[in-house]
Amino acid sequence: MRREIPLFITAITGVVFIIAYFIPHPPFNQIQDLFQTWFQIIAAFAIILGVLNLMVVNGDKVYRRSKGWGYSVIIILSFLVMAGIGTFKLGSKASPLEEGTPFMYLFYNVYYPLTSTVFALLAFFVASASFRAFRARNKEAALLLTAAFFVMLGRVPIGDYLTSWIPLKWLHLSTIANWIMAYPNMAAQRAIMIGIALGIISTSLRLILGIERSYLGGD
Amino acid sequence: MSEKLRRKGRGCRKGGLIPLAAFIFFLFLWDGAWAEDLDTLPPSPPREVTAFDTPNDAGGSITLTWRKSTDDGTGAGDVTAYIILRAERKEGPYKEITKLPAGAVRYEDTTTKDGVDYFYKVSVSDGVNISESPPSQAVHSKAQWFNFKRLNMLLAGFILSLGIVYFISRARAGKELYIRKIAGLDAVNEAVGRATEMGRKVFFIPGILDLDDVQTIAGLSILGQVAKLTAEYGTKLEVPVCRSVVMVTARETVKEAYLDSGHPDAYNDEIVHYLTDDQFGYAAGVDGLMLREKPAAIFYQGAFYAESLILAETGFSVGAIQIAGTAMPSQLPFFITACDYTLIGEELFAASAYLSREPRALGSIKGQDLGKAIILFILGLGVVLETLGITGFSQLFTTQ
Amino acid sequence: MGFFRGMLNLDRRIIFILIAGAVVVPLFIPFHLKMHPTPASQGLYNAVEKLPEGSTVIISGEYDPGTAPEIQPMMIGALKHCFRKGIKVILMGLWPQGPALEGQALQEVFKEKEFKEMNLQYGKDYVNLGYKAGGAVVIQSMGTSIPATFPTDMAGTPIEKLPLMKGIRNFNDITFVLDFSAGDPGTPAWVMFAHDRFHVPMAAGCTAVSAPMLYPYLQTKQLSGLLGGLKGAADYEWLTKSSGTGIRYMPSQSIAHLVIVIFIIIGNIAFFVVRKGEKR
Repeated sequence: MRREIPLFITAITGVVFIIAYFIPHPPFNQIQDLFQTWFQIIAAFAIILGVLNLMVVNGDKVYRRSKGWGYSVIIILSFLVMAGIGTFKLGSKASPLEEGTPFMYLFYNVYYPLTSTVFALLAFFVASASFRAFRARNKEAALLLTAAFFVMLGRVPIGDYLTSWIPLKWLHLSTIANWIMAYPNMAAQRAIMIGIALGIISTSLRLILGIERSYLGGD
Repeated sequence: MSEKLRRKGRGCRKGGLIPLAAFIFFLFLWDGAWAEDLDTLPPSPPREVTAFDTPNDAGGSITLTWRKSTDDGTGAGDVTAYIILRAERKEGPYKEITKLPAGAVRYEDTTTKDGVDYFYKVSVSDGVNISESPPSQAVHSKAQWFNFKRLNMLLAGFILSLGIVYFISRARAGKELYIRKIAGLDAVNEAVGRATEMGRKVFFIPGILDLDDVQTIAGLSILGQVAKLTAEYGTKLEVPVCRSVVMVTARETVKEAYLDSGHPDAYNDEIVHYLTDDQFGYAAGVDGLMLREKPAAIFYQGAFYAESLILAETGFSVGAIQIAGTAMPSQLPFFITACDYTLIGEELFAASAYLSREPRALGSIKGQDLGKAIILFILGLGVVLETLGITGFSQLFTTQ
Repeated sequence: MGFFRGMLNLDRRIIFILIAGAVVVPLFIPFHLKMHPTPASQGLYNAVEKLPEGSTVIISGEYDPGTAPEIQPMMIGALKHCFRKGIKVILMGLWPQGPALEGQALQEVFKEKEFKEMNLQYGKDYVNLGYKAGGAVVIQSMGTSIPATFPTDMAGTPIEKLPLMKGIRNFNDITFVLDFSAGDPGTPAWVMFAHDRFHVPMAAGCTAVSAPMLYPYLQTKQLSGLLGGLKGAADYEWLTKSSGTGIRYMPSQSIAHLVIVIFIIIGNIAFFVVRKGEKR
């Protein structure tokens, strides 16, 4: 029964959604909005579970003094400070989201630089990953490497400085980079997108028909 | 020449020389603004104003079409705006509902109440004068029971589903179905085995989107298969997630997998734990876990954004065997560069069927291939016809 | 041979140090590079440039602090472009952090004398409707009624009290949409609903990583233009003759790209030398 009920709900909901796509008449046209709202409500309540889990797992780590427990202390403290200031509107009159409140101060001066730092790691990782991966091991890899070379230089002004002396404009790095982006790249993107769309349709059908049930733990 | 221009012209001739001189004098004296005020002749009104219930919609909308004023672009060429007026009785009062720039020939009024009769007038303005069209016939909006603009989608979906159901029934009947080898999935056993030998953990990252994304569900299906292997081999599994709903579902998935493989005692809730909803906070958290725990195998299966390379490069630095799978085209190059194996797009969706070897699921993959063959044929035909200048065919595939 | 083997297994920290140098050093040496805007950037500029004075444009922000270094210069560029042309701006966001960052972009714009002197007023020349959860569903709902979707602005002021919002009912009253997005929900949702369903012309800006994915929309003219990453932002600043972090950071990005390309070349030379040595 534990498995049948979710499968039944999935099947019914899936079929109703497909029908609703073709019927603009109420109540079918409101079904998507309704389910979206339900999902948001469930997700909002589930956050409580997530937060509880975060506190329990990290609290346990601190209690047991297990490996890396210091990080857990930081997680718990950061959570309590940010959630406390936001929930109790400390230092703000109406909303903690107004400019100049302690919440926004932490947002701009702690959260902002931390998030930007993690994102900025990409610059370093792109360099190390491309150094390792872009080797002309075979014909296909050589082709990939050449495209990467043109796009990397052609997408920044330095590419134009390197080739602007060439009288034929189509030999300029930026022209070649634009061509690669607008034609071979776009064709490949479309092919991948079509494949993905078909994959989604097929997976959805398997879910609706109850064939795909590994996400419930079964075969 | 438009009616307005003719009327203006007549006005000048009748007046003779003195008024003309006076006119020029005033022009010099009072600048352009005075000249505008002299334009006392209204533009010709829009013609053939037609109002009809907007087709294929959920009601609450009436569409208006009209033919442009002859002074819009042609004639006097001084039309500045069209004003849409609406009333619930033919004699009025008519209220302005919107103003559209010159050149407009269509308007969709989406503020109507279903079942209420409306009358419309379209008036045209040249900045000084206004002329109105006669009122339209009475029209009311209503919701439709079928969106005919989506008929092509219905047919396409029907054909594709028929193909999938056909292959599923063939698979059920015991027909052997060939599915090409997917190296990334063949390596799942090897990756979990390696972690077992090294006595290290297996990490499973189910992407950063919520359960309403099919990629996350596909990722959880693969988690079910991986969890079975870790349960059988007695390897430790860790699943850090960034959505609470995914945490709850992933726990069920792993719990059932451990139960199915006969090791329910090896399961505990801590296998699946929540970190944060924040994208880069999650990436930093998982990176930290990787550096501390040094897992021997890492699976990235689901929807990923910019954090893909941040995770995969850290995973590489700790020497883990990495198997990624995503349907995010922009992240595929990063995974291909940094991971040992990558499931590209649709391979992610095929993974669960491939791993479980369940005949019905394999049948659906075969049906999907049939869909792809049909699409390829249509694309080829479309390219040929468009190249030959025959455009009607491609119009059959537009959707709304 | 030993040298080349060493190059093949180069400690990635050396690469990291050189990349850091390539990014940081040019920040302290002020020099500007001439831009050659891509056709995609030019498309966005032309589309905004063609909008008549008094038009109403929605600018939606789907990004967060992590992606702000790439997207924020685009947002600032778009605000400046619109204000100069007398276009009214409705700001909003489908990501929770988007509207706060839009507010910060406004502050940046008003720091400049040119815009301070314009004396633009909140509620009359621009508004910020804030964040609304729901992604694509929000856009769909705006197609029916913008006031019903956003009954108040970001600060909680009822929408009917804002003069700019008078007469704005749905997408019929919107001339153009500019979407600056770093992920999902983002540009594909705007294209699918605002453009395809409600026929509002639009253009977008995105992180460099997601630009290749959005190129198909350019060819089909579902997007009038596209700013891709910091280079896109720099192109826009160049076209609008504004100064900003896009152009200022371009030397860093150029040199970092050059360093990566040099590393790739060195890696390949080492790869071929070692392979030749092994064959012998």
